[in-house]
Amino acid sequence: MSAAIAPEPVVDAPDGASSGGKAKRVKKRLTSRTATFFAIVIATLWTIPTFGLFVSSFRPDTDIANSGWWTIITNPSFTLDNYTAVFSESGASSASLGVYFINSIVITLPATVFPITLALMAAYAFAWIPFKGSSWIFVLVFALQIVPLQMALIPLLKIFNYPWLDIGGTFPAVWIAHTIFALPLEIFLLHNFISEIPRDVMEAAKVDGANHAQIFRRVVIPLSVPAIASVAIFQFLWVWNDLLVALVFSGGTIKTAPLTQRIAEFAGTRGNDWELLTAAAFVGTIVPLIVFFSLQRYFVRGLLAGSTKG
Amino acid sequence: MNRRLFIPVAGLAIGGLALAGCSSGGTSDDSSSGGGGGGAMAEGCEDYADYGTFDGDSVEIYGTQVDEEADRLVESWAQFEECTGITVEWIGNQEFETQMNVRVEAGDPPNLAIFPQPGLAARFIEGGSVVPAPESVEANVDEFWTESWKEYGTVDGTFYAAPLMASVKGWIWYSPTQFAEKGYEVPETWDDMMALTAQMAEDGADNAQYRPWCIGFESGEATGWPGTDWIEDIVLRQNGAEVYDAWVAGDVKFSDPEIQTAFDTFGEIALNADYVNGGIGGPETIASTAFGDAGLPILDGNCSLHHQASFYEGFWPEGTTVAEDGDIWAFITPKVNADDPDAVTGGGEFITAFDSEPATVAFQTFLSSDTWANIRVGLGGVISANQGLDPANASSALGTAAIELLQSEDTLFKFDGADLMPAEVGSASFWTGITDWVQGTKSTEEVTSFIDGTWPSS
Amino acid sequence: MTSLAGLAAIPLRTEGFWTDQGGKLGFAAVAIVAFLAVMGLVMFLADNAPKKGRDVIQLLLFILPAMLLLTAGMIWPALSTMWQSVTSKAGEFVGLDNFVTIFTDPTGQVVLRNTLLWVVFVPTISTVVGLAYALFIDRARGERVLKSLVFMPMAISFVGASIIWGFMYTYRSEGFPQIGLLNQILVWLGGSPYQFVETPPWNTFFLLVVMAWIQTGFAMVVLSAAIKGVPAEIVEAAELDGASAWERFLHVTLPWIRGSLVVVVTTITISTLKVFDIVRTMTGGQYNTSVVANEMYTRAFRLGQPEIGAALAVVLFILVLPIVVYNIRVLRQHKETH
Repeated sequence: MSAAIAPEPVVDAPDGASSGGKAKRVKKRLTSRTATFFAIVIATLWTIPTFGLFVSSFRPDTDIANSGWWTIITNPSFTLDNYTAVFSESGASSASLGVYFINSIVITLPATVFPITLALMAAYAFAWIPFKGSSWIFVLVFALQIVPLQMALIPLLKIFNYPWLDIGGTFPAVWIAHTIFALPLEIFLLHNFISEIPRDVMEAAKVDGANHAQIFRRVVIPLSVPAIASVAIFQFLWVWNDLLVALVFSGGTIKTAPLTQRIAEFAGTRGNDWELLTAAAFVGTIVPLIVFFSLQRYFVRGLLAGSTKG
Repeated sequence: MNRRLFIPVAGLAIGGLALAGCSSGGTSDDSSSGGGGGGAMAEGCEDYADYGTFDGDSVEIYGTQVDEEADRLVESWAQFEECTGITVEWIGNQEFETQMNVRVEAGDPPNLAIFPQPGLAARFIEGGSVVPAPESVEANVDEFWTESWKEYGTVDGTFYAAPLMASVKGWIWYSPTQFAEKGYEVPETWDDMMALTAQMAEDGADNAQYRPWCIGFESGEATGWPGTDWIEDIVLRQNGAEVYDAWVAGDVKFSDPEIQTAFDTFGEIALNADYVNGGIGGPETIASTAFGDAGLPILDGNCSLHHQASFYEGFWPEGTTVAEDGDIWAFITPKVNADDPDAVTGGGEFITAFDSEPATVAFQTFLSSDTWANIRVGLGGVISANQGLDPANASSALGTAAIELLQSEDTLFKFDGADLMPAEVGSASFWTGITDWVQGTKSTEEVTSFIDGTWPSS
Repeated sequence: MTSLAGLAAIPLRTEGFWTDQGGKLGFAAVAIVAFLAVMGLVMFLADNAPKKGRDVIQLLLFILPAMLLLTAGMIWPALSTMWQSVTSKAGEFVGLDNFVTIFTDPTGQVVLRNTLLWVVFVPTISTVVGLAYALFIDRARGERVLKSLVFMPMAISFVGASIIWGFMYTYRSEGFPQIGLLNQILVWLGGSPYQFVETPPWNTFFLLVVMAWIQTGFAMVVLSAAIKGVPAEIVEAAELDGASAWERFLHVTLPWIRGSLVVVVTTITISTLKVFDIVRTMTGGQYNTSVVANEMYTRAFRLGQPEIGAALAVVLFILVLPIVVYNIRVLRQHKETH
């Protein structure tokens, strides 16, 4: 992540990258056919398992249990039943996947925006506001990454259940929990990036009379957009795919439970609803893929931002 | 573990049994039309008068049931809600154990919780968060349940957890059609069953995928429990109630000859590549075959026998007739000697309260009554050992048979041993142990002494 | 922030409006807007802070929200976990007893060994494959699509990935029709089917492959961006000097992306140590496959032994300590040179 975010320390190479450097870059491959060959091998190996799931989700249930998905080549039979089944509502407790889908979105968006905002501010403070103990507190924050989530659940839930707060089992509880658990890594990553902003840029702003709040808004945020986008993607993926945090803090009812809980239920309870599981699992991956596709270009931009400084 | 009970029973007819049709009440209202229409509300509430009326109180109840099972639970107390004014908030999910731990530790337990096994309930009771059952609940349990059921909910002489639903284990599923075709008969004794197995293996030799038995242990992190059910059934039948109880209590060790013999008896089937595992492979496939799928090869003719609890009725695909002369039926695991008493093992769910609010008590009392048992069983999918239950209310012939078995005075009923053992054994080493054993990585001697080693010392 | 959440939570407690799906989405939107408004206010306050002590006020406004949340949600739980790890269930101080229990437990050593295998192989496989792939497809036609293919597993939850690989590894005995792809391939090649998940000790390897499969996408995306940051002039200069592709990689690219490599390896290592869903879903810790994180979850939540769970958490902490120390050193060096 840092590459997108943090330009490398090795910048003291003679003249860094001049602005013309990019333009001169020609389409050139590292190596030739061997590279292409291995790239294709890796791409295939990494895609086949998911492809198998995708094919299975369109197969009738008896076929899934009795033959491998590759047999569709010789014996094609497809159905949309699995998808209609997961999206149909059969009772109060077995709602359509759509409800869980909405819940996942409601959980994920704020749980992505909140921590990034707070982490960006804290990262700026650690990088550019000198104060006593700054580096030690930063190291502590970094070290917090290793606190296992499971151990933090109960103390945090206790706080949420205090009478003056009383938000256990609601969306805000899930948002705050995700925010807290994301902060150490995000502060670390964003700090890597922000601390690399050239000192003269900062100094120039200071000379103009800007205070920290103004520098943060006018210089840091615009320069950090690629870094923010990269961190956002990973936070989004993490929250979207999370089961544990949502389960504990949302209370697990249909009003608040995310998609992952429903998928886990297909896997858990029934032991033999493979066909529903395959369809539901696939539905769950669509949104993260869209997010990745739409934000992918920022990974490239991130490096452009990096190369402008010397 | 929780998966064992209350798995949705697909395609059972519910319609006929309406809510108000609680036959046990002795009231004479017409049960076939009462509950459906809300018009007869005052009439329908007669059974609920004792619980009093509340204004806007709500009770939160937590359990492992999801989907269809949860819908039926919610339906079973709809009338109660209407008549008493209590709102019941139901939360069901599969991460029950984790969730209960977290919520109790965080000081925010639900009002009531349905535990899928008494051992787990006992752990929470010992933790001090559960309140003793109120008198009204205890009175119901004294009236409608046998002494031993009450004991499962009792810790250190205090009664906490009232039994709710039950399941009978040790059914052996088979295809009556296939039996008739091949001239097989339901075995009377264990030896008959082994002879039948040998006969089947011989008859089926021309089908390379056929084996007499189908067995599957896989159940996520609970993998292995179907195997513990087998051992429990064998121990009970070979040694009787006394040894069984001593074994569950830890006084008879796993490495004692009785238990080792039970493993070896099971091994004659499970470790014999000629006898298992129809449609899938040899004994080494048992551990990785999902328990839910395990019996299905009977329908393809790839195996003939499958040992699983009464809830397995719900696992047969839609369109399968479960009847004594249908596609699928089941007999209870045979006795060792023809003149032994009928013995079955079974499991059950228990309800505990975390406070004594009037609404909680009222709802808890209702759930321990025969009224509720009849309503819930009538909705299908489960049975209960409540003595006030009318077997005819069961939604299927097999359910009726199971209830009759539970209510019969001649039946020696023993609770699932693994559920009663300490969690370190009953929901850990016994499962992993028997999985390793069937996988062939541990011998009977090794596995039994391994399990003994994990029994908590205190 | 808490007051905001508290206010917003109230309507959720009642039936009706908020249960409506649109309402939920609206609620999320309102929450985001409200949050940003509060942050705007914070900025405003920072802007207009009195000249005297402005730096301190600004520092506090920037850093306090995050630090307060971290203290409540992580530092405090971490401390109480450490305390719990040296106490008995009843809360008495017992010294290192819980750790002794872990290390003398028959399965304890297997769990530690497996954890080490995970922590060595997952970051290695992910980083090496991710880096190689990033190099191979750099500036290739259809690079974005090729990237997405390897990134895709990142979009799948751990539980989902475990299910996918469960299908891959499915075993049927010889002579029976295979439904798992890997065993089918073995059979096609004339071999015998193999129980990937059930046969120790290699099964641990087949499980950790799932994690590596997921994390490779992360390594690839990050390292690909880093590679693109290597100035073309340097590469061209090296080329003119007659350096081979391998030498260029070794002497130019690798040093340039070193910092990114450290971050990638660190991040993957830490998530590897914490992941328990894969083991839990695929084997439940059986067949000698359990790892510390899974054992911790099982002990604390399933077996009612929170004190052992806490001790295992501390073991995890100690395992990650070297990585933290290394990163701190890199960080400090960096600060000094900067």
